[in-house]
Amino acid sequence: MTLTEEQIHRYARHIVLPEIGGKGQEKLLAAKVLLVGAGGLGSPVALYLAGAGVGTLGIMDGDTVSLSNLQRQIIHTTNDIGRLKVDSAKDTIKQINPDVQVITYPEYASVENILKIMAAYDVVIDCCDNFATRYLVNDAAVLLQKPFIYGSVMRFDGQAAFFYPPQGPCYRCLFPEAPPPGAVPTCQEAGIMGVLPGLIGMVQATEAIKFILGVGDLLLGRLLVYDALAMEFMHIQVGRNPECAICGDHPTITALHADNYPQLPCLTE
Amino acid sequence: MQPHKTLDITADYCPITFVKTKLALEEMKPGEILEVFLANAEAVQNVPRSVRSDGHVVHLLEKLDNGIYRLLIEKKGGEEIDPD
Repeated sequence: MTLTEEQIHRYARHIVLPEIGGKGQEKLLAAKVLLVGAGGLGSPVALYLAGAGVGTLGIMDGDTVSLSNLQRQIIHTTNDIGRLKVDSAKDTIKQINPDVQVITYPEYASVENILKIMAAYDVVIDCCDNFATRYLVNDAAVLLQKPFIYGSVMRFDGQAAFFYPPQGPCYRCLFPEAPPPGAVPTCQEAGIMGVLPGLIGMVQATEAIKFILGVGDLLLGRLLVYDALAMEFMHIQVGRNPECAICGDHPTITALHADNYPQLPCLTE
Repeated sequence: MQPHKTLDITADYCPITFVKTKLALEEMKPGEILEVFLANAEAVQNVPRSVRSDGHVVHLLEKLDNGIYRLLIEKKGGEEIDPD
């Protein structure tokens, strides 16, 4: 694949970096990344991966844009209220970078769809906002042996990690089971500082790009914990759990069953 | 010194001049020679410097009669010891 004249200009700032060059840019253009969620985390991830020239972005989200989203879901604008988030996101991405192929999945992740959809992608990014989906996508990624870039945010705190067993843990190694329903409030109930998913999304996008290029040190075996109020970053070392239900030496979860993911969001009507 | 490849970037401006030079060098083998034609004074300053900081060797920089500049660059790695 040779870069066109326009691409040479578009990606010039990447190409001059010794760690990237034309070869690295070609890797980005050939890469396929799936975003599960087009909201607070998905917005900055999609915007920057589009700018970076990631050749194929898959975006999965069953939701439509509402007014309270605009405080932080920066890929959507006031004109997009009522539209499917995946359609709104695709339009913005194409305007930033027509090189990017955008595949939209206007649906929520489920045991029926996730394996089929994820199979075609090189990297999966967790941009969802609920535990059931996060566990489902983690488990699917482990079953398909795809790297899964975790991100989560609430109030003023965020976390991120690069899950890719067996080189490091998976989500269940850290949190073997979902919290009981109601134990952890949603962003709707608890609130969230608008800028917070911007930062965590940036960490996720950075890790995706580094993985595709094969440069730098990933958050493999390291959980990044961010406290926005204190402006503190902390790393917690976490190893793969050999007893993990999905990525352990003797996994008990070997297929996706809906019973394992109660309260997955689904389309109404 | 016979060039293996020639790059004409007389129509380009910085920083695209270095970007294109770098892309051409990426496709070459260590030790091969890239011949580059440049037109503007800024590029004549910047390209050799950037190319050297990437580790390549500038063997020649000359101004031709028509005002165009000619550079000969050797791709780095050409003098590395053969691992065998």
